[in-house]
Amino acid sequence: MPDLNTWLLISPELILTVFGLLIIVIDLVGREKSHAVLPWVAILGFILAIATIPYLAQDQTIFAGMYAIDKFAFFFKAIGAIGGILTVLISIDFLRTRTPAKGDFYLLLTFAVLATMMMASSTSLLMIYLSIEFLSYMSYLLAGFLREDKKSNEAAIKYFLYGAVTSALMLYGLSLLYGISGSLNLADLTKQFAASSDLSVKALGIVSFTLLLAGFGFKISAVPFHQWAPDVYEGAPTPVVAFLSVGSKAAGFALLLRVALTAFPTFHAEWIALLSVVAMMTMTLGNLVALQQTNVKRLLAYSSIAQAGYMLIGVIAANVSGASPFMGLNGVLIYLAAYLFTNLGAFVIVVAIENATGAVEIPEYAGLVKRAPLLAALFVVFFLSLAGIPPTVGFIGKFFVFGAALREGFLLLAAVGVINSVISVFYYFSIIRAAFFEEPKDATLIRVPGVMTASVAICAALVLLLAVFPQSLIDLAGMGMGMFGIARP
Amino acid sequence: MIPWLSLITALPIIGAVALLFFPKGEKANATIKWFAIIWSLIPLAIAGFIWFGLFNPANGKMQLEEFAKWIPSINVNYHVGVDGLSMPLIFLTTLLTTLSLFYSKYVIHERVREFFLMFLLLETGMLGVFISLDFFLFYVFWELGLVPMYFLIAIWGHKEDRPQYSAIKFFLYTLAGSVFMLLAIIAMYITTSSATTPGTFDIVELAARKPFAGDWAFASFAFWSIFIAFAIKVPLFPFHTWLPDAHTAAPTAGSVILAGILLKLGTYGIVRVLIPIFPQVFQANATIIGILATISIVYGALAAMAQTDFKRLIAYSSVNHMGYVILGIAAAVAAGGATLTDRAIALDGAILQMFNHGVITGALFFIVGMLYERAHTRDLKMFGGLGAKVPVYGAMLLVATFASLGLPGLAGFISEFMIFRGAFASLTLLSTISVLGIVFGAAMLLWKVIQNVLLGTFDEGKWEHKHLFDLTMPEILTLTPLVILMVLIGVYPSVLLNTINTISTAILGVIVK
Repeated sequence: MPDLNTWLLISPELILTVFGLLIIVIDLVGREKSHAVLPWVAILGFILAIATIPYLAQDQTIFAGMYAIDKFAFFFKAIGAIGGILTVLISIDFLRTRTPAKGDFYLLLTFAVLATMMMASSTSLLMIYLSIEFLSYMSYLLAGFLREDKKSNEAAIKYFLYGAVTSALMLYGLSLLYGISGSLNLADLTKQFAASSDLSVKALGIVSFTLLLAGFGFKISAVPFHQWAPDVYEGAPTPVVAFLSVGSKAAGFALLLRVALTAFPTFHAEWIALLSVVAMMTMTLGNLVALQQTNVKRLLAYSSIAQAGYMLIGVIAANVSGASPFMGLNGVLIYLAAYLFTNLGAFVIVVAIENATGAVEIPEYAGLVKRAPLLAALFVVFFLSLAGIPPTVGFIGKFFVFGAALREGFLLLAAVGVINSVISVFYYFSIIRAAFFEEPKDATLIRVPGVMTASVAICAALVLLLAVFPQSLIDLAGMGMGMFGIARP
Repeated sequence: MIPWLSLITALPIIGAVALLFFPKGEKANATIKWFAIIWSLIPLAIAGFIWFGLFNPANGKMQLEEFAKWIPSINVNYHVGVDGLSMPLIFLTTLLTTLSLFYSKYVIHERVREFFLMFLLLETGMLGVFISLDFFLFYVFWELGLVPMYFLIAIWGHKEDRPQYSAIKFFLYTLAGSVFMLLAIIAMYITTSSATTPGTFDIVELAARKPFAGDWAFASFAFWSIFIAFAIKVPLFPFHTWLPDAHTAAPTAGSVILAGILLKLGTYGIVRVLIPIFPQVFQANATIIGILATISIVYGALAAMAQTDFKRLIAYSSVNHMGYVILGIAAAVAAGGATLTDRAIALDGAILQMFNHGVITGALFFIVGMLYERAHTRDLKMFGGLGAKVPVYGAMLLVATFASLGLPGLAGFISEFMIFRGAFASLTLLSTISVLGIVFGAAMLLWKVIQNVLLGTFDEGKWEHKHLFDLTMPEILTLTPLVILMVLIGVYPSVLLNTINTISTAILGVIVK
């Protein structure tokens, strides 16, 4: 039985578990009357979970090496919890008319965030699989949460089918790894690979990494495991989509980074070759297909695929030795933090418009500037940030990711990356074009609830402020590079 | 110590934010307009004060420098300063902004607040580029100007000229160039860093540290990445295709700023960044760049001659005129035995030509806009005989056109003469060919503009003449400062050349040891 101190180290997870259960109880006891309280209970849970983080980060594993307590994991836990808070804030108004079952929703969301936290800390093959599956099941349920809505059902089924396939592939990879090393621990795996000169071990190692990539690629929506994204984004409840695009993706990156950097340093050359191809395909396909979209949610789905491609550049160029500020790993962390506020900010606007008018097609955004001037103006800020144009935090993210690529000499990747970010401007601006240059069919003002206005304003303020004063974010990301057992060549 | 340069750059954006708090409604529009115009006078006054009060033209170094740490972990600093290269351009920016806002007061009636807000935002972006001495900062300001210009073209552009298409084309062309510049900027940081010292983004410091020293391939790669970003902005053949579209579609004030300032950002960057940081690579490629300049000059003039749209014609004439600037710069750094004096004359001419082109083409775009307001067409075939019908307009057009084609006594002659005088020493053949551009340019302006618009007989039947009236007082006021500058620089160029010559001699110190 682990001692008290060990339990304290996982207090963010424990807090979310308690609050998740608390939400069920309140919902059961209070019924309808409690529905106004539930989101704030969830938010309180997230805030408490974040608040414990500064006191906990160490550089060790607990539970017999299954679970890492390091600054890297805590960076991702914070991202997950912040993503959870913003998702709750945009859910309140969205759920009001659409479903009676509000308690379940916040429970699932709290547990989904809990799952992302567990993914960020997993250092054993078993934990990796369990936490990914945990997140997946929460996500399937959330995606299909609007039971009366056919599209929501379709989204959940598609998500589940793709998820089941990639999960099976990943499980096969995990079993191969266990076969090679005879241990579930990532650290043992590294030793096994480094010690063995057997060609078949090497071959199996590469095959199993590829299989694992199916599972991670599904979560981060990297080509060719991205096909679920457009349909799920289109059909699932929009706040859920917002969470999937940020929280789920970040957790996928956490696992990918940890596994690649701590278990597979021996195959560095092989996996960067593999990921380079994936990154270039992901960026290019995401952006080119996004050009064709007319549905805002589908457009953001392909945009989110493309964004995963840029982040993969940082993974490929990760090199934590030396004194350069461009370590790749910190680039991914900065990028993810930037993406968190940017993409969620954009989704707040999409939800606000969908709630007020039901509009999700780009032509329906015509004349938005006359109907909701603030939302339209902030759309520009978020899209500039997604495209990586200063003065927005998205630029800082791209700056560090491309910087790492240049430092490591991946010129082609950097070039493909910047060309893609130019292409992306075209489709982001297609929404701006509709919003600013076309006449609205219906000129009534769009009413936005105060909570939404506050959330979008906070996101926009952070997108701009973290660009003008990025040092604190850079420092945090630098700290977040503290990963247990990371290979320092 | 007042941070004058920060102040002048921050004021417009502060004004833009202030505009958000003005009340809504038709009545407030007039207030908004006057506020923006009067507000823009402050940076103009400060620019004048800096130039003639604080700035020492005999000093070839950076002046009024301000320095503060910004992002310590990548050694990015808020480092700004001004020298003889940027000083005239800063003044020109503030002057053209005020004139543009003043003119727009009378022609912009829709979405007034947004227009003036965007314009002030644009001014901050432009001034920021001219004061930045840190490449990161430079890049941020460089991109900051893109968005307002995009909106200015797309929203207030001429509906029949596909403003949205032209705006996104402008945006994407510039962005496509600048992202590769960004990669080059980062690469320079990485190569100047070592295990013990961090790299640098400081433009002055980079020149001293010589990034990519000894690695010719990488240096060339970085040089061309940055050069193309600037060349797109200039625009140099073959990167010029966005310009005619953007100019034709843009509202008058947008065209004035586009031609007057935004194009200068490119040539300014070439002189500010590429000569000091990549002197050898630049020298090795000077002939290629000279050839592109020559093509721009000749092709620009010929293409302008083929236009029937007045605004498109002026746009192509910009390709021609900016070609001279590039030719002067290329000649100043070209290999060979040219003396420092020859080179400095070429570079002086190039820098002066930047200023002159801003004044002259700025005025020409105003003049085209004024005609369009009356005729609602820019088709050159539709005019004729206006010289007698609207004499004040005719006089303004005549002065600006003569200045543009390089008539002695007016501004354009001085700078073009100096460029050719300097360039013959090092790029003899290219200069000889480029002289053709002067001939074609003169022919184009005399035939297409003066003859078609001012001379000939006035044909009542061609267009709605009931709106034909001579220039109004606000229009005359808009043009007067520019005409005065054309004449002043034409007869007394030392007012600018003293400032410019100090800095071009200093810059060329890296070319001629």
